Amino acid sequence: MFKKYLVGHFREEDALLGAVRAMRERGFAIEDVYSPYAIHGIDEAMGLKRSRLPYVTFAAGFAGLALAMAFQYWTSVVDWPINVGGKPDNSTLAWLPVAFEITVLLGALSTVAAFLLRSRLFPGSRARVFHPRVTSDTFALVLEQRDASLDEPQARRLLGELGAFAVESKEVLC
Amino acid sequence: MSRLTVSSPLRPPQVTGEKSMVDVTEDVCRPLERKAGAGWKLLFLLSSLTLLMGAALVGYQIKKGIGVWGLNKTIGWAFDITNFVFWVGIGHAGTLISAILLLFRQKWRTSINRAAEAMTIFAVLCAAVFPVIHMGRPWLAFWVFPYPNLRGSLWVNFRSPLLWDVFAISTYFIVSAVFWYIGMIPDLATLRDRTTNKVKKRLFSVFSLGWDGSSRTWARYETLTLILAGLATPLVVSVHTIVSMDFATSVIPGWHTTIFPPYFVVGAVFSGFGMVLTLLILTRRVMHWENYITMHHLENMCKVILATGSIVGFAYVTEFFMAWYSGNAYEMFTFKNRATGPYAWAYWTMMTCNLIVPQLFWFKKIRTSIVPMFILSILVNVGMWFERFVIIVTSLHRDFLPSSWAMYKPTFIEVGTFLGTFGLFFTCFLLFIRFLPGIAIHEVKIVLSAQNKREEVIRNV
Repeated sequence: MFKKYLVGHFREEDALLGAVRAMRERGFAIEDVYSPYAIHGIDEAMGLKRSRLPYVTFAAGFAGLALAMAFQYWTSVVDWPINVGGKPDNSTLAWLPVAFEITVLLGALSTVAAFLLRSRLFPGSRARVFHPRVTSDTFALVLEQRDASLDEPQARRLLGELGAFAVESKEVLC
Repeated sequence: MSRLTVSSPLRPPQVTGEKSMVDVTEDVCRPLERKAGAGWKLLFLLSSLTLLMGAALVGYQIKKGIGVWGLNKTIGWAFDITNFVFWVGIGHAGTLISAILLLFRQKWRTSINRAAEAMTIFAVLCAAVFPVIHMGRPWLAFWVFPYPNLRGSLWVNFRSPLLWDVFAISTYFIVSAVFWYIGMIPDLATLRDRTTNKVKKRLFSVFSLGWDGSSRTWARYETLTLILAGLATPLVVSVHTIVSMDFATSVIPGWHTTIFPPYFVVGAVFSGFGMVLTLLILTRRVMHWENYITMHHLENMCKVILATGSIVGFAYVTEFFMAWYSGNAYEMFTFKNRATGPYAWAYWTMMTCNLIVPQLFWFKKIRTSIVPMFILSILVNVGMWFERFVIIVTSLHRDFLPSSWAMYKPTFIEVGTFLGTFGLFFTCFLLFIRFLPGIAIHEVKIVLSAQNKREEVIRNV
């Protein structure tokens, strides 16, 4: 499906940040901002909420810890206890290294998976490239144009005043 | 959002040569888009031939069995485990740079972290070669994992440090590889948007996963990087701790000590920084990245080598002291035997390269000139290889019963296999700097943006 967007292109990070704040103050709903690197302060300017990824890490890490401890207990005490060097079957302390590694492994992989899913990043996913140089040195401020409330002439004028070097309408496949 | 924005005006710049954002993209991407130079081709030929030789030797020892090694009843562990610890240790510097220095907000990590992480992955690959061959029947290597089987199920022994090693090294390899790839996604998108070659465009599109630089994705991305760094930090410490426990949990004199975990971790970082320094001195020259990997970066690495080298030296002295203080005759004999016995040459090579040589980095002149730095970085790795050799072979060759004392000499096969892993390492690294962005483009831009703002402030004062 094609969607129509009004895009303001910026060359300076500071101008872009100012523009994001100014546009939002004037009641424009910003679809998104595209940049070649993580801009300091953009989450605040855009009003983005804190990411919930740490919850995933904690849950998965904890599950990894519980699973690893339970599995080691089951194999060494329940399923087939083997006496190695007279050590107790339930040698909990000796299981910590493996339990720790599984905690880290599950924590890391699940967080990465959650990140990729949430950000819709997967092989074959189509990048919405608003400017060929947005992954190199320009910044794009994007407003959705189908939105009936968008006052296009005013938005264009404002973006120009706020320092955009180009303002254009663009149809992008989503 | 970005964590790398506060900086003191007193710090030297991270990127020199008045670079703009577009210059960063160009300077990192252009070498990948040009034809390979003669230097690269020559190095690649050399390293891939070495790799081939190593592969042939590995094939031979798998066919013949590991009886072709110089091991005997007394010394059942020697060259292979030395090389294993050596390579795993080298990997540690990559994670230190990418994770620990990120948590400490050390900005100078940004130009070198990508190459250092790549080094970690290739080093762990090289390390894995040795225990797998030592199994004798490498096609049954999967037996080290606990899976339901028709033997009972007979489970692995979860109390064994060797099994902890399996889990530690596999986790370390997977997490490092994922961390490395995640860091590369935005740069792959940059390459995708630049290239005009259809095949490359297709490949970069698939591997950049549709990255478009959306601010929402960036915000999550920064959180993800921080979480991965937070997980990788204790992970890297655990890996060499567990490697050291392969020795420390045994009862062999010279191995059975509590100092091993911290001593091994620091030694790993020490040797790893030696290798990063060697590689980056070459890389910045070949790729013309002198403005990104500046003298300031190299000097900082020399300082880390000096600090960790001094800790390692301190550990050597502590070990010796504890051997005497323990009053244990076997322990004391092992240390005397190390310093004055038949392997004294190896011991003193280790002492010279690890304790004395890095002390030269106290001199700023040496810390900031390429040639001495390069030589010292190689000596550090020679020393660290000998450290493992000394720990392993001298402890085993004369332990409790004089009637079972013996000597060990590596065979041509063992030396050739070790050289072969260098072939594997350099082949991988050369392919990496030829086809993937060797500098983290997007991270350097964050640093550059902060640097430009700072310069503006200074101009206005």
